Amino acid sequence: MSDKKEGLFARADEVLALFRQGAEFTHELLRENERLRRQVATYEDQQLAASDDRAWEKLRRELLARIQNLEGEKQDVLDRLRAVEAENRHFAERYLEIEEENNNLASLYVASYQLHSTLDLSEVLQIIVEIVINLIGAEVFAIYVLDEKTRGLSAVAAEGRDVAEFPEFELNVGPVGTAVASGETTCAESLGSDDPRQPIVVIPLRVQDRPLGAIAIQKLLQQKESFTALDHELFTLLAGHAATAIFAARLYSQSERKRNTIQGFIDLLTK
Amino acid sequence: MARHRILITEDSPTMRQLLVFALKRLKDVEIVEASDGMDGLRKVTSDHFDLALIDINMPVMDGLKLISLIRGEESLKEMPIIVITTEGAKEDRERALSLGADEYLTKPIQANRVLQVAKSLLKID
Repeated sequence: MSDKKEGLFARADEVLALFRQGAEFTHELLRENERLRRQVATYEDQQLAASDDRAWEKLRRELLARIQNLEGEKQDVLDRLRAVEAENRHFAERYLEIEEENNNLASLYVASYQLHSTLDLSEVLQIIVEIVINLIGAEVFAIYVLDEKTRGLSAVAAEGRDVAEFPEFELNVGPVGTAVASGETTCAESLGSDDPRQPIVVIPLRVQDRPLGAIAIQKLLQQKESFTALDHELFTLLAGHAATAIFAARLYSQSERKRNTIQGFIDLLTK
Repeated sequence: MARHRILITEDSPTMRQLLVFALKRLKDVEIVEASDGMDGLRKVTSDHFDLALIDINMPVMDGLKLISLIRGEESLKEMPIIVITTEGAKEDRERALSLGADEYLTKPIQANRVLQVAKSLLKID
Protein backbone atom coordinates (compact mmCIF):
# COMPACT_ATOMS: atom_id res chain seq x y z
CA MET A 1 0.00 0.00 0.00
CA SER A 2 2.72 2.44 1.00
CA ASP A 3 4.50 1.68 -2.32
CA LYS A 4 1.37 2.64 -4.16
CA LYS A 5 1.17 5.89 -2.16
CA GLU A 6 4.82 6.76 -2.93
CA GLY A 7 4.19 6.03 -6.55
CA LEU A 8 1.19 8.35 -6.56
CA PHE A 9 3.15 11.15 -4.87
CA ALA A 10 5.96 10.75 -7.38
CA ARG A 11 3.55 11.00 -10.29
CA ALA A 12 1.92 14.04 -8.68
CA ASP A 13 5.35 15.70 -8.43
CA GLU A 14 6.05 14.96 -12.08
CA VAL A 15 2.72 16.46 -13.11
CA LEU A 16 3.37 19.57 -10.99
CA ALA A 17 6.83 19.94 -12.55
CA LEU A 18 5.28 19.68 -15.98
CA PHE A 19 2.67 22.32 -15.12
CA ARG A 20 5.43 24.63 -13.82
CA GLN A 21 7.47 24.25 -17.00
CA GLY A 22 4.34 24.91 -18.99
CA ALA A 23 3.65 28.04 -16.96
CA GLU A 24 7.20 29.36 -17.47
CA PHE A 25 6.98 28.65 -21.18
CA THR A 26 3.69 30.50 -21.35
CA HIS A 27 5.18 33.53 -19.52
CA GLU A 28 8.07 33.56 -21.96
CA LEU A 29 5.68 33.44 -24.88
CA LEU A 30 3.67 36.29 -23.41
CA ARG A 31 6.84 38.43 -22.99
CA GLU A 32 7.95 37.71 -26.53
CA ASN A 33 4.46 38.53 -27.74
CA GLU A 34 4.59 41.88 -25.91
CA ARG A 35 7.98 42.68 -27.43
CA LEU A 36 6.78 41.89 -30.89
CA ARG A 37 3.64 43.97 -30.36
CA ARG A 38 5.80 46.97 -29.39
CA GLN A 39 8.01 46.46 -32.40
CA VAL A 40 5.01 46.29 -34.67
CA ALA A 41 3.66 49.48 -33.10
CA THR A 42 6.99 51.25 -33.78
CA TYR A 43 7.02 50.14 -37.39
CA GLU A 44 3.44 51.27 -37.78
CA ASP A 45 4.39 54.75 -36.44
CA GLN A 46 7.33 55.01 -38.83
CA GLN A 47 5.07 53.88 -41.63
CA LEU A 48 2.62 56.63 -40.65
CA ALA A 49 5.35 59.28 -40.60
CA ALA A 50 6.24 58.55 -44.19
CA SER A 51 2.84 57.64 -45.19
CA ASP A 52 2.32 60.64 -47.48
CA ASP A 53 4.47 62.84 -49.74
CA ARG A 54 4.03 66.00 -47.64
CA ALA A 55 5.24 64.27 -44.50
CA TRP A 56 8.20 62.88 -46.44
CA GLU A 57 9.04 66.32 -47.83
CA LYS A 58 8.80 67.88 -44.38
CA LEU A 59 11.04 65.17 -42.93
CA ARG A 60 13.48 65.61 -45.81
CA ARG A 61 13.66 69.37 -45.30
CA GLU A 62 14.16 68.96 -41.56
CA LEU A 63 16.97 66.49 -42.11
CA LEU A 64 18.62 68.73 -44.73
CA ALA A 65 18.46 71.71 -42.37
CA ARG A 66 19.94 69.60 -39.62
CA ILE A 67 22.75 68.48 -41.93
CA GLN A 68 23.43 72.08 -42.89
CA ASN A 69 23.63 73.11 -39.24
CA LEU A 70 26.00 70.29 -38.47
CA GLU A 71 28.15 71.16 -41.49
CA GLY A 72 28.32 74.74 -40.23
CA GLU A 73 29.26 73.63 -36.75
CA LYS A 74 31.90 71.32 -38.16
CA GLN A 75 33.39 74.17 -40.20
CA ASP A 76 33.46 76.39 -37.09
CA VAL A 77 35.26 73.71 -35.14
CA LEU A 78 37.76 73.16 -37.95
CA ASP A 79 38.38 76.91 -38.24
CA ARG A 80 38.94 77.15 -34.50
CA LEU A 81 41.27 74.17 -34.61
CA ARG A 82 43.29 75.78 -37.41
CA ALA A 83 43.46 79.04 -35.47
CA VAL A 84 44.65 77.22 -32.34
CA GLU A 85 47.24 75.29 -34.37
CA ALA A 86 48.50 78.53 -35.93
CA GLU A 87 48.69 80.13 -32.48
CA ASN A 88 50.59 77.11 -31.14
CA ARG A 89 53.04 77.33 -34.02
CA HIS A 90 53.46 81.05 -33.35
CA PHE A 91 54.08 80.40 -29.64
CA ALA A 92 56.60 77.67 -30.46
CA GLU A 93 58.46 79.99 -32.85
CA ARG A 94 58.34 82.82 -30.34
CA TYR A 95 59.62 80.47 -27.61
CA LEU A 96 62.60 79.56 -29.77
CA GLU A 97 63.25 83.23 -30.52
CA ILE A 98 63.14 84.09 -26.84
CA GLU A 99 65.44 81.17 -26.00
CA GLU A 100 67.95 82.45 -28.52
CA GLU A 101 67.63 86.02 -27.22
CA ASN A 102 68.22 84.73 -23.69
CA ASN A 103 71.30 82.85 -24.80
CA ASN A 104 72.63 85.92 -26.60
CA LEU A 105 71.92 88.16 -23.61
CA ALA A 106 73.74 85.71 -21.36
CA SER A 107 76.81 85.88 -23.62
CA LEU A 108 76.69 89.67 -23.74
CA TYR A 109 76.25 89.91 -19.97
CA VAL A 110 79.16 87.56 -19.29
CA ALA A 111 81.41 89.46 -21.72
CA SER A 112 80.51 92.82 -20.17
CA TYR A 113 80.85 91.52 -16.60
CA GLN A 114 84.26 90.01 -17.23
CA LEU A 115 85.59 93.10 -19.03
CA HIS A 116 84.80 95.31 -16.06
CA SER A 117 85.82 92.84 -13.38
CA THR A 118 89.44 93.98 -13.17
CA LEU A 119 91.66 97.07 -13.40
CA ASP A 120 94.79 95.10 -14.23
CA LEU A 121 95.70 95.76 -17.88
CA SER A 122 97.18 92.32 -18.54
CA GLU A 123 94.04 90.69 -17.10
CA VAL A 124 91.80 92.92 -19.21
CA LEU A 125 93.72 91.93 -22.34
CA GLN A 126 93.49 88.25 -21.38
CA ILE A 127 89.72 88.59 -20.90
CA ILE A 128 89.37 90.19 -24.34
CA VAL A 129 91.33 87.27 -25.79
CA GLU A 130 89.01 84.78 -24.02
CA ILE A 131 85.90 86.55 -25.28
CA VAL A 132 87.13 86.58 -28.86
CA ILE A 133 88.07 82.87 -28.72
CA ASN A 134 85.20 81.46 -26.67
CA LEU A 135 82.26 83.65 -27.64
CA ILE A 136 83.09 84.70 -31.20
CA GLY A 137 85.14 81.66 -32.21
CA ALA A 138 88.28 83.27 -33.62
CA GLU A 139 91.50 81.30 -33.96
CA VAL A 140 94.02 83.95 -35.01
CA PHE A 141 93.72 87.58 -33.94
CA ALA A 142 95.51 90.45 -32.26
CA ILE A 143 94.65 93.33 -29.98
CA TYR A 144 96.17 96.62 -31.11
CA VAL A 145 96.69 99.71 -29.00
CA LEU A 146 97.29 103.20 -30.39
CA ASP A 147 100.39 105.12 -29.35
CA GLU A 148 99.13 108.70 -28.93
CA LYS A 149 102.55 110.21 -29.68
CA THR A 150 103.57 108.22 -32.79
CA ARG A 151 99.93 107.59 -33.94
CA GLY A 152 101.00 104.04 -34.59
CA LEU A 153 99.06 100.87 -33.82
CA SER A 154 101.01 97.93 -32.42
CA ALA A 155 99.85 94.53 -31.22
CA VAL A 156 99.91 94.09 -27.44
CA ALA A 157 98.17 90.69 -27.21
CA ALA A 158 97.48 87.93 -29.70
CA GLU A 159 96.21 84.40 -30.16
CA GLY A 160 97.12 81.80 -32.76
CA ARG A 161 100.41 83.54 -33.64
CA ASP A 162 103.18 85.22 -31.76
CA VAL A 163 102.33 88.87 -31.03
CA ALA A 164 105.55 89.94 -32.77
CA GLU A 165 104.30 88.43 -36.03
CA PHE A 166 101.49 90.94 -36.27
CA PRO A 167 102.54 94.03 -38.23
CA GLU A 168 102.25 97.60 -37.01
CA PHE A 169 99.90 100.05 -38.68
CA GLU A 170 99.65 103.78 -38.92
CA LEU A 171 96.42 105.58 -38.25
CA ASN A 172 94.38 105.95 -41.44
CA VAL A 173 96.60 103.47 -43.28
CA GLY A 174 95.52 99.98 -44.30
CA PRO A 175 92.39 98.19 -43.15
CA VAL A 176 93.29 98.40 -39.45
CA GLY A 177 94.43 102.05 -39.48
CA THR A 178 91.40 103.11 -41.54
CA ALA A 179 88.92 101.32 -39.31
CA VAL A 180 90.47 102.81 -36.15
CA ALA A 181 90.37 106.32 -37.65
CA SER A 182 86.78 106.00 -38.86
CA GLY A 183 85.43 104.09 -35.87
CA GLU A 184 83.57 101.69 -38.19
CA THR A 185 83.79 97.94 -37.68
CA THR A 186 84.71 96.14 -40.89
CA CYS A 187 83.75 92.56 -41.63
CA ALA A 188 84.84 90.71 -44.77
CA GLU A 189 82.93 87.92 -46.51
CA SER A 190 85.74 85.39 -46.11
CA LEU A 191 86.27 83.36 -42.94
CA GLY A 192 90.08 83.48 -42.99
CA SER A 193 93.08 85.32 -44.31
CA ASP A 194 96.71 84.26 -44.45
CA ASP A 195 97.90 87.85 -44.64
CA PRO A 196 98.13 89.53 -41.21
CA ARG A 197 97.90 92.86 -43.04
CA GLN A 198 94.43 91.89 -44.30
CA PRO A 199 92.32 90.83 -41.33
CA ILE A 200 88.77 89.66 -42.01
CA VAL A 201 87.32 91.67 -39.09
CA VAL A 202 88.55 94.91 -37.55
CA ILE A 203 86.78 96.16 -34.44
CA PRO A 204 87.96 99.66 -33.60
CA LEU A 205 88.21 100.41 -29.90
CA ARG A 206 87.09 103.93 -29.00
CA VAL A 207 86.43 105.83 -25.79
CA GLN A 208 84.28 108.94 -26.21
CA ASP A 209 85.11 109.07 -29.93
CA ARG A 210 88.83 108.92 -29.19
CA PRO A 211 90.54 106.03 -30.97
CA LEU A 212 92.28 103.71 -28.58
CA GLY A 213 93.10 100.63 -30.62
CA ALA A 214 91.51 97.71 -32.44
CA ILE A 215 90.86 94.00 -32.42
CA ALA A 216 91.90 92.48 -35.74
CA ILE A 217 90.66 88.97 -36.46
CA GLN A 218 92.54 87.07 -39.11
CA LYS A 219 91.09 83.58 -38.98
CA LEU A 220 88.12 81.80 -37.43
CA LEU A 221 87.98 78.36 -35.81
CA GLN A 222 87.50 75.49 -38.26
CA GLN A 223 83.95 74.75 -37.06
CA LYS A 224 82.81 78.38 -37.31
CA GLU A 225 80.85 78.56 -40.54
CA SER A 226 79.72 82.19 -40.55
CA PHE A 227 79.14 85.23 -38.38
CA THR A 228 75.87 85.32 -36.48
CA ALA A 229 73.74 88.17 -35.16
CA LEU A 230 75.32 87.55 -31.74
CA ASP A 231 78.80 88.00 -33.23
CA HIS A 232 77.85 91.45 -34.52
CA GLU A 233 76.40 92.31 -31.10
CA LEU A 234 79.69 91.20 -29.54
CA PHE A 235 81.64 93.35 -32.01
CA THR A 236 79.60 96.36 -30.86
CA LEU A 237 80.06 95.45 -27.21
CA LEU A 238 83.80 95.00 -27.57
CA ALA A 239 84.16 98.27 -29.50
CA GLY A 240 82.83 100.15 -26.48
CA HIS A 241 83.37 98.06 -23.38
CA ALA A 242 86.76 96.58 -24.24
CA ALA A 243 87.99 100.08 -25.05
CA THR A 244 86.65 101.42 -21.72
CA ALA A 245 88.18 98.51 -19.82
CA ILE A 246 91.61 99.07 -21.40
CA PHE A 247 91.36 102.82 -20.85
CA ALA A 248 90.37 102.39 -17.18
CA ALA A 249 93.14 99.83 -16.59
CA ARG A 250 95.77 102.15 -18.10
CA LEU A 251 94.47 105.08 -16.09
CA TYR A 252 94.51 102.99 -12.91
CA SER A 253 98.06 101.86 -13.63
CA GLN A 254 99.21 105.46 -14.21
CA SER A 255 97.50 106.72 -11.08
CA GLU A 256 99.00 103.88 -9.04
CA ARG A 257 102.46 104.77 -10.31
CA LYS A 258 101.91 108.42 -9.45
CA ARG A 259 100.55 107.51 -6.05
CA ASN A 260 103.58 105.33 -5.35
CA THR A 261 105.92 108.11 -6.50
CA ILE A 262 104.20 110.66 -4.28
CA GLN A 263 104.15 108.21 -1.39
CA GLY A 264 107.88 107.66 -1.90
CA PHE A 265 108.52 111.43 -1.69
CA ILE A 266 106.35 111.73 1.42
CA ASP A 267 108.21 108.84 3.05
CA LEU A 268 111.55 110.53 2.19
CA LEU A 269 110.41 113.86 3.61
CA THR A 270 109.00 112.40 6.78
CA LYS A 271 112.10 110.29 7.58
CA MET B 1 70.92 68.49 -1.00
CA ALA B 2 70.82 69.32 -4.73
CA ARG B 3 69.45 66.63 -7.01
CA HIS B 4 72.35 66.98 -9.50
CA ARG B 5 75.94 68.02 -8.88
CA ILE B 6 77.95 69.25 -11.84
CA LEU B 7 81.68 69.92 -12.04
CA ILE B 8 82.99 72.48 -14.55
CA THR B 9 86.74 72.23 -15.19
CA GLU B 10 87.74 75.19 -17.36
CA ASP B 11 90.62 77.65 -17.06
CA SER B 12 88.80 80.61 -18.66
CA PRO B 13 86.66 82.54 -16.11
CA THR B 14 84.57 83.86 -19.01
CA MET B 15 83.73 80.35 -20.18
CA ARG B 16 83.08 79.14 -16.64
CA GLN B 17 80.63 81.97 -16.06
CA LEU B 18 78.84 81.26 -19.33
CA LEU B 19 78.57 77.54 -18.55
CA VAL B 20 77.25 78.28 -15.07
CA PHE B 21 74.64 80.59 -16.62
CA ALA B 22 73.55 77.86 -19.00
CA LEU B 23 73.43 75.05 -16.43
CA LYS B 24 71.71 77.05 -13.70
CA ARG B 25 68.57 76.80 -15.83
CA LEU B 26 68.39 73.17 -14.68
CA LYS B 27 66.29 72.77 -11.57
CA ASP B 28 67.83 71.74 -8.30
CA VAL B 29 71.44 71.72 -9.45
CA GLU B 30 74.68 72.51 -7.65
CA ILE B 31 77.64 73.61 -9.76
CA VAL B 32 81.26 73.37 -8.65
CA GLU B 33 84.05 75.08 -10.60
CA ALA B 34 87.65 74.03 -11.09
CA SER B 35 90.22 76.27 -12.83
CA ASP B 36 92.64 73.64 -14.14
CA GLY B 37 93.02 69.90 -14.64
CA MET B 38 94.69 69.25 -11.28
CA ASP B 39 92.03 71.23 -9.40
CA GLY B 40 89.38 69.27 -11.32
CA LEU B 41 90.97 65.95 -10.44
CA ARG B 42 91.14 66.86 -6.74
CA LYS B 43 87.46 67.81 -6.70
CA VAL B 44 86.17 64.89 -8.73
CA THR B 45 87.98 62.32 -6.60
CA SER B 46 86.94 63.83 -3.30
CA ASP B 47 83.23 64.32 -3.94
CA HIS B 48 80.36 62.87 -5.93
CA PHE B 49 79.33 64.47 -9.22
CA ASP B 50 76.59 63.52 -11.65
CA LEU B 51 78.21 65.23 -14.62
CA ALA B 52 81.54 66.82 -15.54
CA LEU B 53 82.28 69.43 -18.21
CA ILE B 54 85.95 69.49 -19.09
CA ASP B 55 87.91 71.88 -21.28
CA ILE B 56 90.77 70.29 -23.20
CA ASN B 57 93.34 73.10 -23.31
CA MET B 58 94.14 73.87 -19.68
CA PRO B 59 97.30 74.62 -17.73
CA VAL B 60 98.85 72.25 -15.15
CA MET B 61 96.93 69.25 -16.56
CA ASP B 62 95.03 69.20 -19.84
CA GLY B 63 91.53 67.83 -20.25
CA LEU B 64 92.44 64.64 -22.09
CA LYS B 65 94.81 63.61 -19.30
CA LEU B 66 92.11 64.42 -16.76
CA ILE B 67 89.55 62.29 -18.61
CA SER B 68 91.87 59.27 -18.77
CA LEU B 69 92.61 59.59 -15.03
CA ILE B 70 88.90 59.86 -14.24
CA ARG B 71 88.09 56.77 -16.30
CA GLY B 72 90.91 54.95 -14.52
CA GLU B 73 89.01 55.29 -11.25
CA GLU B 74 86.52 52.48 -10.73
CA SER B 75 84.02 54.74 -8.95
CA LEU B 76 84.11 57.30 -11.77
CA LYS B 77 83.84 54.98 -14.77
CA GLU B 78 80.14 55.75 -15.28
CA MET B 79 80.15 59.50 -14.60
CA PRO B 80 79.07 61.33 -17.79
CA ILE B 81 81.70 63.69 -19.25
CA ILE B 82 81.19 66.51 -21.75
CA VAL B 83 84.34 67.77 -23.43
CA ILE B 84 84.46 71.44 -24.45
CA THR B 85 87.14 72.56 -26.86
CA THR B 86 88.21 74.85 -29.66
CA GLU B 87 89.36 71.84 -31.70
CA GLY B 88 86.75 71.04 -34.31
CA ALA B 89 88.62 68.34 -36.25
CA LYS B 90 87.05 64.88 -36.46
CA GLU B 91 90.19 63.16 -35.12
CA ASP B 92 90.17 65.36 -32.00
CA ARG B 93 86.58 64.41 -31.37
CA GLU B 94 87.29 60.71 -31.86
CA ARG B 95 90.28 60.89 -29.53
CA ALA B 96 88.27 62.50 -26.74
CA LEU B 97 85.44 60.01 -27.14
CA SER B 98 87.87 57.06 -27.20
CA LEU B 99 89.37 58.24 -23.91
CA GLY B 100 85.95 58.11 -22.32
CA ALA B 101 84.14 61.38 -22.98
CA ASP B 102 80.42 61.01 -23.66
CA GLU B 103 79.84 64.20 -25.63
CA TYR B 104 82.04 66.68 -27.45
CA LEU B 105 81.12 70.37 -27.81
CA THR B 106 83.15 72.89 -29.79
CA LYS B 107 83.57 76.59 -29.13
CA PRO B 108 82.02 79.05 -29.60
CA ILE B 109 79.61 77.52 -27.16
CA GLN B 110 75.85 77.83 -27.53
CA ALA B 111 74.28 77.89 -24.07
CA ASN B 112 71.15 76.08 -25.22
CA ARG B 113 73.25 73.29 -26.77
CA VAL B 114 75.13 72.82 -23.47
CA LEU B 115 71.81 72.65 -21.65
CA GLN B 116 70.38 70.16 -24.15
CA VAL B 117 73.38 67.84 -23.87
CA ALA B 118 73.51 68.11 -20.07
CA LYS B 119 69.79 67.24 -19.83
CA SER B 120 70.32 64.26 -22.06
CA LEU B 121 73.23 62.89 -20.02
CA LEU B 122 71.50 63.57 -16.71
CA LYS B 123 68.34 61.96 -18.12
CA ILE B 124 66.17 65.00 -17.36
CA ASP B 125 63.13 65.91 -19.47
